[in-house]
Amino acid sequence: MRRAAVPAAVIALCAAVVALIVFGVAAKSPDTSLDQAVAAGDRPAAPAADRRLPALDGAGTKAIRDLRGKVVVLNFWASWCEPCRAEAPALERTQRKLAGAEGTVLGVDWNDAMPDARHFTRQYGITYPVVRDVGGKLAKAYGVTGLPETFVIDRDGRVAALQRFSVNERFLRHVLAPLTPPPA
Amino acid sequence: MRTGRAAALALLVLLALGPGAALAAVPRTSLADVENEVMCTVCGVPLDLAREAPAAQRERALIAGLVAQGKTKSEIKDVLVATYGADVLSLPRDEGFDRAVYLVPIAAALALAAVLLVVLRRARRRRAPEPATPVAPLPPADARRLDDDLARFDG
Repeated sequence: MRRAAVPAAVIALCAAVVALIVFGVAAKSPDTSLDQAVAAGDRPAAPAADRRLPALDGAGTKAIRDLRGKVVVLNFWASWCEPCRAEAPALERTQRKLAGAEGTVLGVDWNDAMPDARHFTRQYGITYPVVRDVGGKLAKAYGVTGLPETFVIDRDGRVAALQRFSVNERFLRHVLAPLTPPPA
Repeated sequence: MRTGRAAALALLVLLALGPGAALAAVPRTSLADVENEVMCTVCGVPLDLAREAPAAQRERALIAGLVAQGKTKSEIKDVLVATYGADVLSLPRDEGFDRAVYLVPIAAALALAAVLLVVLRRARRRRAPEPATPVAPLPPADARRLDDDLARFDG
């Protein structure tokens, strides 16, 4: 009985180390449950909708839940990201169209210096609200691993579509059409 | 005479501005000193190893600007945390799962010491000599003969 104590302790120690490594790897891995749900035709609730983030222009904070009742195009970007520059004009044009249809683009600036981000918004004439995701908690909730990434949230606060790379106007028109029907 | 007046005037101006103004432009740290203690949060590697990534280049530019402003390493790290979050620091925070970085080596060392102690104790016990089995006393005739033999050898 006592002879088995040492091997048992060593095995338990090894198992604990392996469990810790597995937990660590799992905790750091991106969450793809949102992609799977949307691909299956479900509309999962928008993650971290209550998380309040500071506005890039310094005017208070904003949460996705504040926009309930509107269609939201949630776009993660950064000023150093080249594809973000390429899609910025399409997003701004979409914002102008959405403004008349109870919708908005909400930019989420991630891993970016504030002066660079402000310069970016001035350079591309961005009029939609932009918040700063310092620490990347919102990005993590959406499983963001690269930039840009875009999530379309319906009026009920559910994710209707997503794109893990840059978007163009054709994609935005296609996913927004059923969510923003023209007034009868 | 004119040189002396100019020097006195310069000294007066410096005194009026105070030592803070004179030191403001003097770098208190360097880019190299800071970049090996912070991460490129997008690349997931220390900043000094991320040479090409655009995010790393912007982060480096931000640090260089702060160095040029005469900020200390600690002040620069504060700005970086406010900009990129706590993950920008190379050393993990002492909270949540990150605490495992500090606790696991201590726990592993303690467990190893305990295992070693048990193994050593067991080995020592195995090596200890067996207690001598009591020998029955010789019969008186044999004892006498043994004494005689020994006395003969001694003699």
